[in-house]
Amino acid sequence: MTTTTPSKVAGAADYLDQRTSIGTVVKNFARKVFPDHWSFLLGEIALYSFVVLLISGFFLTMFFVPSMGLTTYHGPVASMDGQLMSEAFASTLRLSFEVRGGLLMRQVHHWAALLFMAAIVTHMMRVFFTGAFRKPRELNWLIGCLLMILGLAGGFTGYSLPDDVLSGNGLRITDGVVKAIPVIGSYMSYFVFGGEFPGEDIIPRLFSLHVMVVPALILSFVGLHLLFVVLHKHTQYPGGGRTNTNVVGFPLFPVYVAKAGGFFFVVFGVLVLMGGTMAINNVWNYGPYDPSPVSAGAQPDWYMLFLEGSLRLMPGQAEIVIAGYTLSLNVLIPAMIIPGLLFTFLFVYPFVEAKVTGDKREHHVLDRPRNVPVRTGLGVAFLTAFIVLAVAGSNDLVATHFHMSLNAITWILRILLFVGPVIAFWITKRICLSLQRKDRELVLHGHETGKIVRFANGEYIEVHRPLNEQERWLRVNYDAHRPLEIEPAEDSRGVRRKSYKQDRRWQKLSRFFYEDRVEPVRPSELHEVQGHGELEGGPVAAELNS
Amino acid sequence: MKALAARRHHRFTPVVIVMFALLVVGGIYAAFAPSSAQADTATNQDIQEGEKLFLANCATCHGANAEGSDIYPSLIGVGAAAVDFQVGTGRMPMQASGPQAPAKPAQMNETQTKQLSAYVASLGPGPSIPSAEQVDPEKGDIANGAAIFRTNCAMCHNAVGAGGALSEGKFAPSLWETTPTHLYEAMLTGPQSMPVFNDGTLTSEEKRDVIAFVVDQREGSAGGLSLGSLGPVSEGVWVWIVGMGALIGAAVWIGAKSS
Repeated sequence: MTTTTPSKVAGAADYLDQRTSIGTVVKNFARKVFPDHWSFLLGEIALYSFVVLLISGFFLTMFFVPSMGLTTYHGPVASMDGQLMSEAFASTLRLSFEVRGGLLMRQVHHWAALLFMAAIVTHMMRVFFTGAFRKPRELNWLIGCLLMILGLAGGFTGYSLPDDVLSGNGLRITDGVVKAIPVIGSYMSYFVFGGEFPGEDIIPRLFSLHVMVVPALILSFVGLHLLFVVLHKHTQYPGGGRTNTNVVGFPLFPVYVAKAGGFFFVVFGVLVLMGGTMAINNVWNYGPYDPSPVSAGAQPDWYMLFLEGSLRLMPGQAEIVIAGYTLSLNVLIPAMIIPGLLFTFLFVYPFVEAKVTGDKREHHVLDRPRNVPVRTGLGVAFLTAFIVLAVAGSNDLVATHFHMSLNAITWILRILLFVGPVIAFWITKRICLSLQRKDRELVLHGHETGKIVRFANGEYIEVHRPLNEQERWLRVNYDAHRPLEIEPAEDSRGVRRKSYKQDRRWQKLSRFFYEDRVEPVRPSELHEVQGHGELEGGPVAAELNS
Repeated sequence: MKALAARRHHRFTPVVIVMFALLVVGGIYAAFAPSSAQADTATNQDIQEGEKLFLANCATCHGANAEGSDIYPSLIGVGAAAVDFQVGTGRMPMQASGPQAPAKPAQMNETQTKQLSAYVASLGPGPSIPSAEQVDPEKGDIANGAAIFRTNCAMCHNAVGAGGALSEGKFAPSLWETTPTHLYEAMLTGPQSMPVFNDGTLTSEEKRDVIAFVVDQREGSAGGLSLGSLGPVSEGVWVWIVGMGALIGAAVWIGAKSS
């Protein structure tokens, strides 16, 4: 039996290959090389959480009733017995308490949603700080940003489905934001909710978006995202022998198939463990939705906290009345303009950086964050703003847990929202420049050895051990970009250039990026230092030229 | 005996015998008399002891006659329930001035608390301490309590009584540790920032339903660890710590595992 099996498999494979020529694809993929680093698995966490979301979500649709029709609940939850509630809420209780494994699936689904967004954000940080968004990957960065926003949309639509008090509070805020849109706001609210809030249409509408439109969009963009990864080949961290024209790593088959495949089960396992041991979104605590109650600690899931925080920080006086019409700047600014600014930064950053760098080359070797101080500083400033807003969204819990005044926290965070990113930018940039200088120092003078030598003339020196090739490669192989040089205001015939003013603006921005820089050590500098004789061994700069 | 017999005609003998007889009769009465007067209702002695305690511990702020001042409230007419709550939970006597008096280990023992309550109750009519039956969570309707809690209590005390923030450093405390009697008294008297839910607003039975709901929440959560029952913020913190923590750990392990 065992001897015939391979031929059977081979026969089946051959049958497939003759009809689909899949053999070439498999062969190409199997030999595709991926570089090895733990941070390249962050995106995989997001991908695998999404798979878990699809599996657990499919289970939930078997039992969930997306209806706002009223029903009286009778079941095992004592605190909800005999209460009037929507079908959506009642079916959530039923699937949690009466369906075998239902509560586990619901909790796994919700934890997977939180993890999905956390992994996306961490993956974005990795890509941003290492400059993986540079040419040719700018479009893939945009797709990634779009996926992040789709993730927010998926989370928002799903969060609202159980129709409990907390999710209803979230919808009430949505209603308020929609109504704040000038002129068409109230019409839009009627349009979205199918009448006066909360209406009877919103749950079925969100359900369609949540189980059809959003996952379909995420799935197709994930496909495109991965296709681009294959087309562009994977980036790699700097190091000896790694250049923009090669990929140093291991083949997909068998190494990465095993690693990535195994990682899926690790992610699934961690999520099931969390779903099995840690309660999440106990909707029966909140009770069925009714527009009157709001409980203390009413917050959205973590990835929406920045929006909640921006609303909480905004002073209410910004609401103005013009000729009897209200312009709710107190809602428009925090709920639309601030997230708009944050998202715009993410979307345009790769293009701005390419423009001020004047760099049109392809990049497959990643940057060390310290070697691009302004980018790293801007990234940390962005995260600071995001974190300040998220903390503002939890200001009541900060107040109770740290015994502080809610009002004081709000004022501190209002100021921090503007001052914090600037300070964070400045500190980060300074740290990066210092690390670069430390690298220079290390390359020029080598490691300290602790060996003190006294010369015949009485002079003492400490012997330094020169860096090995790998260590040096890592520290000298980077571009310290210079600010843009622009053409003069008048061309050779004395005619004023039309685009001069625009060029000047870009030059200013470029100076902001690259005026402070630490140049990598040049071979000539290394030669010069070696003349001092404090390095062990002979001339080592020769390798630099190779 | 002879000495005693010799003095039996002394002129004070009848007095001594009468005194002795009174002592015996009084002692027997004291031993066998019904003691209900001391059990529940305040005696004059309680009130007197309570007044002493009041003058020693409370009068500095509330005034020698509990009349209060511009800053400190008058205690005339607040009733025994308010005193039992404030002193029984350790909120009063206050240790330091602050946004609000926090609960702390009680400074008065049960007897002293009862004596103080008796004294304050004697100053003017006010709500009295509820009976054991009025606060028995077993007799309450949890579902009705949940509905009442949702519309009246959850906005400050959180959906399941984990507590929440108020303005300027004030806060609505967590209800996990509060005894049913203190829960009832808090609703009845509205301590500090809390509104009063008198029997016209929430009947005695409805208060008991609320107590039944709050006590039911202490049994924990159906889904596993409750994570403080604080809602999405604590869930977000834990997904980063446990979820991302474990998976980044696993990623480092997989990345470091040489191929």
